[in-house]
Amino acid sequence: MAQTEIKSYNLNFGPQHPAAHGVLRLILELSGEVVERADPHVGLLHRGTEKLIEYKTYLQALPYFDRLDYACPLNMEHAYVLGVEKLLGIDVPPRAKYIRTLYSEITRIINHIMNTTSFALDIGAMTPMLWGWEEREHLLEFCERVSGARMHMAYYRPGGVAKDLPDDGLLDDIYKWCDRFEAFMVDMESLLDENRIFKQRCVDIGIVSQEDALNWGFTGPVLRATGIPWDLRKAQPYDAFEDMEFDVPVGTTGDVYARYLVRMEEMRQSMRIMRQCIEKMPDGPVKVDDNKIVAPSRPEMKRSMEALIHHFKLYTEGFKVPPGETYTAVEAATGEFGVYLVSDGSNRPYRCKIRSPGYVHLQGLDLISRGHMLADIPANIGSIDVVFGEIDR
Amino acid sequence: MGGHTNGVDGVTTMLLSSEQIEALQDLGQHIAAALPDEVRETHLAQGELVVSINRHDVVRVLTFLRDDPNCLFVQLIDVCGVDYPDRDERFEVVYNLLSLKHNQRVRVKLPAAEDTPVPSVVDVFKAANWFEREVWDMYGVFFSGHPDLRRLLTDYGFEGHPLRKDFPLTGLVEMRYDDEQARVVYEPVRLTQDFRNFDFLSPWEGALDPSVEAAARALPGDEKATG
Repeated sequence: MAQTEIKSYNLNFGPQHPAAHGVLRLILELSGEVVERADPHVGLLHRGTEKLIEYKTYLQALPYFDRLDYACPLNMEHAYVLGVEKLLGIDVPPRAKYIRTLYSEITRIINHIMNTTSFALDIGAMTPMLWGWEEREHLLEFCERVSGARMHMAYYRPGGVAKDLPDDGLLDDIYKWCDRFEAFMVDMESLLDENRIFKQRCVDIGIVSQEDALNWGFTGPVLRATGIPWDLRKAQPYDAFEDMEFDVPVGTTGDVYARYLVRMEEMRQSMRIMRQCIEKMPDGPVKVDDNKIVAPSRPEMKRSMEALIHHFKLYTEGFKVPPGETYTAVEAATGEFGVYLVSDGSNRPYRCKIRSPGYVHLQGLDLISRGHMLADIPANIGSIDVVFGEIDR
Repeated sequence: MGGHTNGVDGVTTMLLSSEQIEALQDLGQHIAAALPDEVRETHLAQGELVVSINRHDVVRVLTFLRDDPNCLFVQLIDVCGVDYPDRDERFEVVYNLLSLKHNQRVRVKLPAAEDTPVPSVVDVFKAANWFEREVWDMYGVFFSGHPDLRRLLTDYGFEGHPLRKDFPLTGLVEMRYDDEQARVVYEPVRLTQDFRNFDFLSPWEGALDPSVEAAARALPGDEKATG
């Protein structure tokens, strides 16, 4: 009998594919329907952010960070401003710390709603997205009320935040929103958690062991889903996280389902932090009292000659940062987001390397997809939470 | 360290306690003692431990840092390049490591040039694969022993290494869709106006404490005041 040789073949997944969460070109080597190798081709959204930042002053470089992971922009800004503040050697006022903590958690929920619901959509559950994006819209509104922009906020600044919270009951509204969001969480969990189809698509898919997760550099929910309780907000607290009471949820199985559950519980914990921030919100200034770093207020600038000079100098020359280098990281919604900043003493960063969690997780897609069916690829991509703005930079 | 507003070391108290600083100093001494031939220098800056090593020893150093019970830096967080065109070996490759057990970070640095390959650490940390590809792509630092050293972020068929300081911000080629040839074509960049690069550096006093002596707070641009 003649032997038939079955050849594996390559499949191009993307660059335009709704389940790729952006412009991902994924070369899949298939044997039948089983994935033998996944080779992601990234860089289709490469905009040269790191190069551009070298040509901008420290303040002008800030808005680029919104445009990295546009699903949780303030986390990116947070890492950058903490890095610049570290090099400048300044400590920001307590109110600014609390506002930054509050808004970091708001953007964490913004990201997790987007990730969990669109991931559910990828594997066939449509309703969570329709419900979840209404809640997300309320959060984006809170962002707009404080900064004027829904997504690209440019709200954190080296030395504090751009402006104080508006005097229109914003904090009360956020507090009230937390109550109704709890009801939404119950609804969404009732749709997904024990849903037979959802579990068939998630449980035991894309399992990562603890050793692999560490060796491949995974952080955030992907690492915590394997059972390692590592959270930079707890381990290396920054801003007001030290004063906050919250738990770090961990998974046990390290599969797609565990990552989903970790994200859901993280939203609850973020809500806890938001409530504590609102309850404990201190009064006082929201910027450091130093016009060499932070621009004077607008009314002051109109009246005082010195303030006018400061304003002019800050928005043309910017401020100079003493020579030095730092790697500063925050726990972004997707994992450890870090900025390696090198200053040569001038008004522009000499080098600004952006360490994005999605980049590292996407590299591990090959690890978690091997041996799975083609249909599991969207579940795997959704569960590692990739956003191409930060991967391609 | 340039303390600015608060007299005490504002930076380090913000993120690290004095015990943590001491622990990092001890760690630096431990690493230097254990690897006397490999480590050139260790120092602490902004509350972060920096270890400078010889290029060819990188695999041994990172393996030690990963496995030694006093280190256990089991996660390679980041690898990146920095370009210093004035130096003999113009590039610096920087490895950031994290120890979950001891809750510490360490930064390992080594010098490299265009024609001096750096041993790849993919066998030590799987995470290094894409990071090294990116450094190769952006700076042209070659990693020997890397399983798959292709370009990562730039276009297919891209030439040059864009993050080098001598690579122009505007790039060298631009692309457009050509109707006649019915395909995308690449052409040299044509600017309708010269690229404008403003030098805003001025002898303005800058952001340093006046109590620091003058030599220590000299900043680029200050010479314009006297010169």
